[in-house]
Order: sequence, then C-alpha cells, then structure tokens
Amino acid sequence: MGFKEHCFKKSLWLFHFAGASCNNCDIEILDCLTPRYDVERFGMLLVGSIRHADVLLVNGSINQRDKSRLLELYEQAPKPILVVAIGACGCTGGIFAEGNTFAGPVDKIIPVDAYIPGCPPKPEAILAGVVKLLNK
Amino acid sequence: MVKKTLIPIGPYHPLQEEPELFKLYCEGEIVKDIKWETGYNHRGIEQLSEKKTYDQSFFLVERICGICSTSHPFAFANAVEEICNIEITNRAKYIRTIIAELERVHSHLLWVGLAGHFLGYNTVFMWAWKYREPVLDLFEMISGNRNSYAMFKVGGVRRDIENNKIPQILDVLSLVKKKTDMLVGAVMDDPVIHARTKGVGILTKQDIIDFAAVGPTARASGVAIDVRKDDPYAAYPLVNWKVITAQAGDVFAKAEVRLLEMYESISIIEQCLEGLKKEKEGEINVKVKDIPEGWGTGHAEAPRGEVFHYVLSDGSNSPARHKIRAPSYTNIATFKKSCIGQTISDATISLAAVDPCYCCTERMAVAYDSKTGNKIMNGNELIALSAQKTQNIKNQI
Repeated sequence: MGFKEHCFKKSLWLFHFAGASCNNCDIEILDCLTPRYDVERFGMLLVGSIRHADVLLVNGSINQRDKSRLLELYEQAPKPILVVAIGACGCTGGIFAEGNTFAGPVDKIIPVDAYIPGCPPKPEAILAGVVKLLNK
Repeated sequence: MVKKTLIPIGPYHPLQEEPELFKLYCEGEIVKDIKWETGYNHRGIEQLSEKKTYDQSFFLVERICGICSTSHPFAFANAVEEICNIEITNRAKYIRTIIAELERVHSHLLWVGLAGHFLGYNTVFMWAWKYREPVLDLFEMISGNRNSYAMFKVGGVRRDIENNKIPQILDVLSLVKKKTDMLVGAVMDDPVIHARTKGVGILTKQDIIDFAAVGPTARASGVAIDVRKDDPYAAYPLVNWKVITAQAGDVFAKAEVRLLEMYESISIIEQCLEGLKKEKEGEINVKVKDIPEGWGTGHAEAPRGEVFHYVLSDGSNSPARHKIRAPSYTNIATFKKSCIGQTISDATISLAAVDPCYCCTERMAVAYDSKTGNKIMNGNELIALSAQKTQNIKNQI
C-alpha cells in the first residue's frame, strides 16, 4: 500500500470552495448531506478549515478575484489532497467561460484529480465521482 | 474608550454556501457596525447576455442563480414579450405559473432548513431538506433536471405538462402540504425557536421603505408588496390567492411569512392544474417571427422578492442591452439596520433572515439621491473630481 492509499483509507473529510457559481452545485453538494443521500454514513464530513480536509471540492467558474484565494487555499492544504472539480463551470468554465472576469477553469490554476460534469450534477453523480476517485 | 473588535466572516466560511465577506465591528459582544464585500461571484452576466441570442440568453439568465432559476427567465420572457407585444396561450401561462410556484415551495423549504441550521437546530434542517426532495423529483419529471429547468422561451414554454402527469403532481403536493403542517407545528410552537428569533433583527415599516426592501423581508414588516398582485403577469390574475403579511418585522415574522406562503403556493398550483385540464394539450407556443426594435421591461416575484429585467433591442437577434436587478441587492442593505445593536450570536440569523443570494447580487450600481436626483459618488469618482479641480486651477494660473 502506497503512501497516498494509506492517507485516504479512512473517513474522508471534505472542504467546499464555491467559486463564481450559480449556487446550484453548492446546493447539490449540501444535498448530499441530507437524509436521502446522507454521505455522513461513509464518514464523509464537510469541515470548516482546509487544514482538516482530505478532499477539496471546487465548483463554479473561477473569476479574477477568486483565483488568488483558491491558490492560497491549495497551498495551505495538507498534502496529499484530492481535488474534485464539480459541475460544468468547474470542469471547463461552462456558460461563463466567455465572461470578462473569467480566470480560467480550475485545472489551469491547481491540479485536479477528478471531474464531475453536469449542470448541476445530481447528488448521485457527485457520490459516484468520489467513489470512482477512491477506487483509482 | 471601549476597544472595537473586527470580526471577519468569510469570504470562504463554513457557515456560508457562497463567497462573501462580512466585517462585524464589535464592542464587547454587541455589533456596532457592519460592512460587507462582494465581487467573489461576479461573472459578467449582463455583458455575456449581449453576446448571445435571445434563445441562448434564457439558459444564461437561468444560471444567474440556481435557486431562482425560474424567476430570472420569467422576468426576461416578460421583457422580451413586451418588446414583441405578444400574448402567450393560457396553457403556457399556467405552466409558467406552476413552475414558478413549485420553485417558491422548494426555495422556502430550503430557507427554513438553513435557518434551522444557523440556529443550531439541525433537526429542522434535515426535515426541511428531506421534504424538499419530492419537489425536486417533480421538477425532474416535468423538465428532466432537478435545478435548472430550461422551461422558458419567447412566446411560451419548451415542454408541456401532459394531463396524465397531473395526479402525480397532486400526490406530491398533498405530501408536501402534510409535511409543511408538521414543520409549521415544529417551528411555531417551539419555545427555543421563539426565544431565539422573536425580537431579533427587527425591521420597521419605515426601514423597509428607506432601504427599498422587497419580497418576504418587506412583507414580514407589514408592507404588502408583491409583484404577482401589484402588476399581475402569467396566470396570477386567473387564480385566487392572497398576499401573506406579518407585522412584527423580526426573524420569526419572516419565517412565518415564508411558511404560510408555501400554503398559498400549493393552492395556486392546484388551481393552475385545474385550469390546465380545460386547455388543449400541446398549445404551449406562439410563433415569434423576429424581435422588433424597442425596449421592454419585465418583472417577476422570485422567492426572495422582485426580479427586474430591462431589455433593449436593436432589431438583431441578440439584446443590445440587458439590465438585471435582483431582490437580494436591496435586501442586503437592511443589514445596516437589523444587525446593529444585536449580539454576535444573533447577527448570524439576522443575516440569514433575508435569505440573501449573492450570486444574484453581484453587479454594478450607481446610486442617486432620491430628493435631489444627484448622483451619489464613490471614492474613485471623488478623487477624479478633485484631480479635475486641481487641473482647472493650474490652467487658470
């Protein structure tokens, strides 16, 4: 078992970064915590500080004001960390990619481990994405 | 002299779903002043809309805000239809109204849940979000997506609600109604919630008028302002319903208004479904040949208040100018009144009480003094003015 597998063997704690989004993905991520999907069963927990997190969830297009903050968060994160880009905007910039404040999709700013497309992705898709990432 | 403490909340805080920064200036535990910074969510939507055709713009305005993803296309459709001067069919009107009211139900449930979460009452959070799911399932059945519905277009709607789907919708509505009864019972009769929300974050009628607040925030302070009644659009004049108001203006009154509005919404949907049965299936579209030159305004009552769209057309296939005004923009300003003088622990729920939505809010604005009509200047403009004066004096010398 490698170092990375060892780190992600037990309960994953998630940190959620909302870029310049339309709120849909934020709500769907929060929806994963509620009774129908309930990811806390698997030991996944949304935490308040990046320093406690194993996974960084990023959604929304990133604008010029968010860019430096996302970089700073990534630098503060304990390594290894898994980065998941959620939603069409997180993956490519989506409908906002032509906007005048757009500063590039997430993978141009920090390395991304998994992409979950959809506008917004359903909570099932978000769960499936994280499971796939763990089995990688 | 008392020492002032600055407490920053945000921009990426576990309490908030969206990025925004609040600065609370406190003396001891009392909040003395509040400032906020936004811009973390700015996407340049008005500019993007000018690059897109009218049909594409609907998908864009839908993504201004994920929770109000009917209200923005609704207002935009009203504006463009005003330019074209067309009247849509009754069936399309009913379908638009049903979607808008279903959205209000799920948005208010979402707010009740979040408010419970902010109060440390996670049971309410879990309940409200659990019973929100059947409404999202309805959306998935009707439109194919849980959140962004893509139902609107100029001249009607994209998809029909077939008559054989009506019983299923009614089933879900009766379930939601039953669960709302339970939530109302749980929230209204709970002594802890009374203690935490009554007398907290009070906005008087005068405050509402001063800050031009809209939506449930205004209605909870006794200002019966509702676009659906004041300037009826779509099927609202065809159905019976009343505007819910409360007088107290505190957080409890805002919760009360939202919970009772859900009953009104369910009743509107039921009446619209009745109306839908009388109309012929498939008549959901009026053909639009081209968009003539001119301008139009449209508004719609979002779950948070009035959404206003202004569209200027130059006769081409995309808007020449598109101006959007979202309800949270004015509602957020009421923090200046509702949070000051509260303890820090009450500030959170006062902030959450207007159901702020920052992704709607991110835009430029210029303020004018209502009495004199003069433009109120910001810092940079004042500096520019000062530089201009120096230049003038230099020229004279």
